[in-house]
Amino acid sequence: MNGRAARRRGMTETAWVRWGLTGIAVLYLGVFLFVPLVAVFAQALEKGVGVYLESFREADALSAIRLTLLTAAIAIPLNLLFGVAAAWAVAKFDFPGRQVLITLIDLPFSVSPVISGLIYVLIFGLQGWLGPWLTDHGVKIIFAVPGLVLATVFVTFPFVARELIPLMEAQGTEEEEAAKVLGASGLKTFLRVTLPNVKWGLLYGVILCNARAMGEFGAVSVVSGHIRGATNTIPLHVEILYNEYNFVAAFAVASLLALLALVTLAVKSLAEWKFRAELAGRKMEQGGRS
Amino acid sequence: MSIEIRGVTRKFGDFAALSNVSLTVPRGELVALLGPSGSGKTTLLRIIAGLETCDAGSVHFNGEEATDRDVRDRGVGFVFQHYALFRHMTVFDNVAFGLSVRPRRNRPGKAAIRDRVRELLRLVQLESVGDRYPAQLSGGQRQRIALARALAVEPEVLLLDEPFGALDARVRKELRGWLRRLHDEMRITSVFVTHDQEEALEVADRVVVMNEGRIEQVGSPDEVYERPANPFVYNFLGHVNIFHGRVHAGRGTIGSLVVDLPDHAAANDAHAVAYVRPHDIEVTREQIDSGATRAVVRHLHTAGPVVRLELERQDGGGVVEAELSREKYSELHLELGEHVFITPRNLRVFLEDYAI
Amino acid sequence: MEKNGRRNILPGFGVTMGFTLLYLSLIVLIPLSAAFIKTAGIPWARFVETVTSPRVVASYRLTLWTSLLAAGVNLVFGFLAAWVLVRYRFPGKRLVDALVDLPFALPTAVAGIALTSIYSANGWIGRYLEPLGIKVAFTPLGIAVALTFIGLPFVVRTVQPVLEDLDAEYEEAASCLGANRRQVFLRVLFPPLVPALLTGFALAFARALGEYGSVVFIAGNMPMVSEITPLIIITKLEQYDYAGATAIAVVMLVASFLLLLAINGLQWWAARREVFR
Repeated sequence: MNGRAARRRGMTETAWVRWGLTGIAVLYLGVFLFVPLVAVFAQALEKGVGVYLESFREADALSAIRLTLLTAAIAIPLNLLFGVAAAWAVAKFDFPGRQVLITLIDLPFSVSPVISGLIYVLIFGLQGWLGPWLTDHGVKIIFAVPGLVLATVFVTFPFVARELIPLMEAQGTEEEEAAKVLGASGLKTFLRVTLPNVKWGLLYGVILCNARAMGEFGAVSVVSGHIRGATNTIPLHVEILYNEYNFVAAFAVASLLALLALVTLAVKSLAEWKFRAELAGRKMEQGGRS
Repeated sequence: MSIEIRGVTRKFGDFAALSNVSLTVPRGELVALLGPSGSGKTTLLRIIAGLETCDAGSVHFNGEEATDRDVRDRGVGFVFQHYALFRHMTVFDNVAFGLSVRPRRNRPGKAAIRDRVRELLRLVQLESVGDRYPAQLSGGQRQRIALARALAVEPEVLLLDEPFGALDARVRKELRGWLRRLHDEMRITSVFVTHDQEEALEVADRVVVMNEGRIEQVGSPDEVYERPANPFVYNFLGHVNIFHGRVHAGRGTIGSLVVDLPDHAAANDAHAVAYVRPHDIEVTREQIDSGATRAVVRHLHTAGPVVRLELERQDGGGVVEAELSREKYSELHLELGEHVFITPRNLRVFLEDYAI
Repeated sequence: MEKNGRRNILPGFGVTMGFTLLYLSLIVLIPLSAAFIKTAGIPWARFVETVTSPRVVASYRLTLWTSLLAAGVNLVFGFLAAWVLVRYRFPGKRLVDALVDLPFALPTAVAGIALTSIYSANGWIGRYLEPLGIKVAFTPLGIAVALTFIGLPFVVRTVQPVLEDLDAEYEEAASCLGANRRQVFLRVLFPPLVPALLTGFALAFARALGEYGSVVFIAGNMPMVSEITPLIIITKLEQYDYAGATAIAVVMLVASFLLLLAINGLQWWAARREVFR
């Protein structure tokens, strides 16, 4: 090749502008994203791997982990069911108030986490609507596990629905209608026609839901009562350790959640890549129009 | 402005989009780059525009070297297949764009720009849509606005990349004629890319047939259609029937037909392929001469301006497509399954080494 | 996507709709209404006194300006980041792109303690800022930093798809017509991005307004200075002043809903402009 430029001329900024802008962007993203992430692990391992692992053998830490897992194990299936049902109703049908319903589903995103916890205290707390009735019957919701589950369900229920709705809308109703014409029942249609098409979006929604469920802090803080060993989830336990200046232990436990975050991001990338491949395949089938 | 392309080569990785292509477009001519996808015609157009660089070769405008000139300084107007109208601007602002981005000293005043835009909208017969947005226009209207926008800066060369490719058949035909008339009026050197041979033959002053990065033939529409240089060109421009035969010392034996082929006087019992257009197949009920072959009518397509027949040769040579005018067809009064005789006229014979 | 108002012929509408509405009512609507109903039971004078007390008003101001600042930073740099990620190539780009979603995936408390440790006086970044007289941890500036982290993905992720959709042809057409690089950016590339930028900004702002977990560690939490509104709510709850907590919560809810309406309006406006495609 002779001395001419290989790339198209005049279609992009000069090289120094490009690299300058790239540098600033990477600096911005690095400072705000990368450094905090690294800090978690660095602080956790500050006193060595041995001390790091010790933090997890501590009884309160273990019970916090157990509680977090329990809460997630209840909240996620519930929200999965809701997400699927809501997405089916919203994406495959047209009805008055559809847009309002979508907005309602998005509601928890605009409500401060503290308020998300507060509203359950208002209903189930000692002075709440159902407070006296619950005390009479010896049922504890606030400052006990059920309250934690409720608050977690509130803040995480939109995730699955939000992932599925645009996905199912984009896919339209043709395949489901074809299935119906061929005689399939509603459930069969869903399981064998709709579900395979949305599996990556569904997976991503569940993973996000899980990350938020295990990591929720504000809402859970309000309803939990902070009773060590009983009503502390991992984030709350991290707070306690941090406030006691037990930094290494705090970051060690926090690093579990940071690892979970990384796994979440990895699954997201995978799901997106797979989805894009499927989307490209579909477009080819439909005649390659883009 | 005349355009000259010398020895242009362009590779994308291992794929050679253009291989040593040379072409001259005289001033004021309307030239069509015709070919299938992958033939390199769009790449060539974009190299002329300056939107692509070439790996080797040079581009000259009016004899001056322009290969390294920035796209903005080439004075070309470019019309895209999908119009590329700026969606967030009104039609007026779109057409005025080229004038409004000129450096201050060259920029016309607001009133001058307004007049010019109006003049152009009148030229493309869309005076009333100045305030609308591109999304509110039909495809044909959008393309005309795209053309007006390109013409606003008084380019010396107009380049069009499959300008009618995104439009439906009827609009395409309308705009074809309209482009031809516009060119006759304005006489700007124009090059347009198309894969539609009908379009190229109808609109252009000269047709450049391209294939796999090379130019196969350059000539007037008549030339490339009646006297194709090779089987590819023949095949690409219109339907074709293929007959196999042998040629020896200027005489060809194609089936039962014997023809004189002075072009192939040097041939020595070579295998030959003869190409005949469907409208050059003569269909008769009687055997009019020794060259006629028996055939059976297998299909009749009577709807349309001409009648198309599919005839099966009785000598095992396969199916032949013939075209008859409606009068001829009603004279013959043919039915399915009838026996007829076919005589190929106006054969174009290529020897073995021209295999497609 | 088009809804052509077809009759609903697929099965399962009743079941799914019913379950959806039931779930929404139990989990969302009824609890939320509890806040409003409780507030309705408070005498008006007391309500006003609670929500306009100096300490609370100071927290409104603090929350507002730190959220605006954070959203503003994210607007400018998030746009830049989206531009670089879509249009340029550099080593590790895919990794960086995936990392943009970290604030969505990382728990707020973890972010909170990490940011605090970084920006405190002897932290990785704080140690360079201290000598310059810039204190970040335990000041309102720290709050802004935490809110910037939280809102970072919003602008980037709303702008990215729009940028990706912008065909190279528009730039080519503009260049053929004689526009230089700056003109192409200002007049052809930037205008279609404005709706996405505004939406991203509004989303980042809304998210920042109610944020608690990542802020409460780095904030300092001094009343009148660095105390955010959600913290006041918690403080009142711990003092069993349910009425007071709820009153302030209602103010926040109303603000959130108004913002939500504004965002929906923005998205509707953006979609309408999209119709001109």
